[in-house]
Amino acid sequence: MIEMRDVHKSFGSKDVLRGIDLKVETGESMVIIGGSGTGKSVTLKCILGLVHPDRGEILLDGQDVDEAQDRDAFLAKFGMLFQGGALFDSLSVWQNVAFRLLRGSLKKPKDEARAIAIEKLRRVGLTADVADQYPAELSGGMQKRVSLARAIAADPEVIFFDEPTTGLDPIMSGVINDLIREIVVEMGATAMTITHDMTSVRAIADKVAMLHAGKIRWTGPIDDMDGCSDPYVDQFIHGKAEGPIAAVR
Amino acid sequence: MNLVAALGRFVMTIMAVIGSIAIYAVQTISHFARPPFYPREFVMQLGLIGYLSLPVVGLTALFTGGALALQIYAGGARFNAETVVPSIVAIGIVRELGPVLGGLMVAGRVAASIAAEIGTMKVTEQIDALTTLSTHPMKYLTVPRVLAATLTLPVLVAIGDVIGIMGGFLVGVTRLDFNAAAYMTNTINFLEASDVISGLVKASVFGFIVATMGCYHGMNSGRGARGVGQATTSAVVSSSILILASNYLLTEVFFSA
Repeated sequence: MIEMRDVHKSFGSKDVLRGIDLKVETGESMVIIGGSGTGKSVTLKCILGLVHPDRGEILLDGQDVDEAQDRDAFLAKFGMLFQGGALFDSLSVWQNVAFRLLRGSLKKPKDEARAIAIEKLRRVGLTADVADQYPAELSGGMQKRVSLARAIAADPEVIFFDEPTTGLDPIMSGVINDLIREIVVEMGATAMTITHDMTSVRAIADKVAMLHAGKIRWTGPIDDMDGCSDPYVDQFIHGKAEGPIAAVR
Repeated sequence: MNLVAALGRFVMTIMAVIGSIAIYAVQTISHFARPPFYPREFVMQLGLIGYLSLPVVGLTALFTGGALALQIYAGGARFNAETVVPSIVAIGIVRELGPVLGGLMVAGRVAASIAAEIGTMKVTEQIDALTTLSTHPMKYLTVPRVLAATLTLPVLVAIGDVIGIMGGFLVGVTRLDFNAAAYMTNTINFLEASDVISGLVKASVFGFIVATMGCYHGMNSGRGARGVGQATTSAVVSSSILILASNYLLTEVFFSA
């Protein structure tokens, strides 16, 4: 279980997170929605320790993430799909996927790591012949799949998806959404996704949290989202220009 | 009053940058001996930084050696001291021009490419991805580059020294009517081990500076194409200035009376 308690973060004079309280149960798929610049990415980065909160607590299975003794072991519990893929362009596709398996505490023999990488590539719908290509040779949709394969390569307990469908066409978005849903269910992993794509939300989420102005505005099961009376949620999910959320941010 | 405030802000900013670079350099050194190590990355950087800089450093040394021979011959002719050409070319190349020009050329090539590569990785979240994959970016990216540059630049400069002396030799023999055997004997007899060693120590320091500046500015790159462009420019400018400044300091240490 991931729990955030009163998490604050500022960059200079800009308060990005102003007291986030959020609980994600083990095996649950939580989707955080919210406009651009509301602090969605910073929230994920705080949990991973890429950004240090100014105040508040973040607990993973009851343990404060800041007090994790073995940072490697802590990070090995997580997989992350970055918005732009964040594939290493100097490495081939299979070396990207098997990155964690080729070094550090999870190191495996090269052949075994390659076999796992090819298996994970197959899981995301790619054939073995892309394994020796380089990321720059692949289309945007294929890069996203490779990045997804890398995120699940070491069978993490928690997977983060940062804007998984941004920049993809509607069909490819649908494919990636379905893949995410299938993989999360199949692995029994806890998933946290940040997105502003409502199709993604409906495909992926068990629960939804709406982030606005650095705070969680509303949280609840996906089935309750459409009936929610909160004007912020209503404006966001229906994409209305008029409403409490300023159009110019 | 505004002028004073602006000056104060400028000084504060410069001091903060110097402090942050110093901390970065110390952190890098502190990771040299602490595992995990990435030997494959290190070997790859040896090739990229060392081997591929060889043509640039070699050509620079060749032409510099030739020009130096012409200059010293013309200058020496004013007081009938043309015979000093071999010894002054050798000492000039080995002590100063080899390491400094080699260092500056490598700064242009290597600091720029490191800053652009790491800056692009930062902008495209590859540095964050490394961290989430349990890999320390400083150990994986900075340490192999800095170690490779620190170790290969002396080798590059040593080769450059030989090529530079050869440049002087070629000009001396073909254009200035020196006897080939006498030129070589003069060069070898005149040079001392300390001349060569001081030049190689300088080269090693310059290698450290070039790679550290490239990595530092790449890691602190701003967003977008402009951010990466600025990081690249800063890496080249700051490493060039630091090379020239540290060259003076090292010359003071080695050769002050």
